[in-house]
Amino acid sequence: MPSLKFNNVYINDFYSVAGPLEKVGQIRKFDKTLDDYYFGEKTFELAEIKMQKTVIENLLYKNKCTTMEIDCLIGGDLTNQIAASSYTARKFKIPNLGIYSACASFVEALIISANFIDSKKMKKIIALTSSHNLVAEKQFRFPVEYGAPKKKTSTFTATGSVGALVTGVANNIKIESATIGITVDLDCKDANHLGAAMAPAAADTIKRHLADLKRDVNYYDLILTGDLGTVGSKILLEYLEVNYNIKLKKHVDAGEQIFAKSQDVNAGASGPVSLPLVLFNKVLKNTKFKKILIVGTGALHSPNLLNQKDTIPAIAHAVSLEVL
Amino acid sequence: MDKKEYKKMVDKISPKENKFKNAVVSFLVGGSIGLIGEIIVVVLMNCFGLGRVESYAWLALILVLLGSLFTALNFFDNWVSCAKAGLFLPTTGFAHSIASSALDYKKDGLITGLGANFFKLAGSVLLYGILSAFFLLIVRLIIGA
Repeated sequence: MPSLKFNNVYINDFYSVAGPLEKVGQIRKFDKTLDDYYFGEKTFELAEIKMQKTVIENLLYKNKCTTMEIDCLIGGDLTNQIAASSYTARKFKIPNLGIYSACASFVEALIISANFIDSKKMKKIIALTSSHNLVAEKQFRFPVEYGAPKKKTSTFTATGSVGALVTGVANNIKIESATIGITVDLDCKDANHLGAAMAPAAADTIKRHLADLKRDVNYYDLILTGDLGTVGSKILLEYLEVNYNIKLKKHVDAGEQIFAKSQDVNAGASGPVSLPLVLFNKVLKNTKFKKILIVGTGALHSPNLLNQKDTIPAIAHAVSLEVL
Repeated sequence: MDKKEYKKMVDKISPKENKFKNAVVSFLVGGSIGLIGEIIVVVLMNCFGLGRVESYAWLALILVLLGSLFTALNFFDNWVSCAKAGLFLPTTGFAHSIASSALDYKKDGLITGLGANFFKLAGSVLLYGILSAFFLLIVRLIIGA
């Protein structure tokens, strides 16, 4: 399938909430930060829902919108049954689409939003995502207080929630085109090395995006991948060069940009919130990046199927942004 | 690039775990726990007048209590991450796995949460521990006879 081109789709506003470790990491400037993982709630799951709720309320407030004016809320997260997004949605009277592409969910939400806006079926959409380190840890790995030794290739799920208001009203951040990813599986089985599972998916999407739109890799001022981590990023660069003869130089991985090196997070941050946290709070604040390709990467594995000796399928969705 | 070639590429790029260092740390920490255990047994035998077999039972209880208590006090997971097999293989690890599962699921209800997940990680240790004890007993009976 060819990549999609959009006219008059813009990101008008965004709001980000970040967790207690993120606020002492590399970025430090978020709209709101948490002092602890509970965020005043009784459980971690409720804390994740509250983060999402905070994002929506602030987006509505900042843009003087009522829920009636939002045509759709499109969101996804890592919890089973994307519960955080659904439980958040029940607090707002906004038509709701729940989506899942693991850590590529935010980019998927942007692509769907852009299509609705571009086709003029809708006027205002909120694209939303979140992840919570301890909710994901408990679900995908070990109990929170269990000190399982971590491999150097393992990543650390970032805590936070980010929402973007996507509309057709001209603004300085334009959603220009997008490429929907193909699910790739190269037989990776190690859930502590998701970067290796996701790198070929990212490479495939980048290659198809460039080929579809007849662009050179240097067309972009920056290619921002989601959460490949330090090791996955190296694999991506080598894989692109060996297989597709693409020499990617202007690349940054969001997973490497959130936590400080001293924070002992092995290969870096992961989770659907990593990419938008870095995009909105760091990359877009830097005026030298005019053409940005964001590539959300998601490992679509289920712990059950991995236990049944199956492998890790991965996906990557790309969206091209133009800063005007 | 096929799957085998990709695996080679991943292995080449991925950092290796320092198995030797991990083994040495585990050996030293695990050995120290054994030493502490032996000291406790000697103390129990000499100061409390217990027999050797009884002292071992008390020792297991004491180590499980400490492992659980330290987990609840929020620092044992950091110790285990550093000491690796040195702390999670001895009975302290058994206690740690139970206490951490219990803490995780206590808010999901006493039956459906805590009860159902109490042995989430330790279940395998219990099941296969009891099974192997059973088979070893049979072996002993046969050899003994």
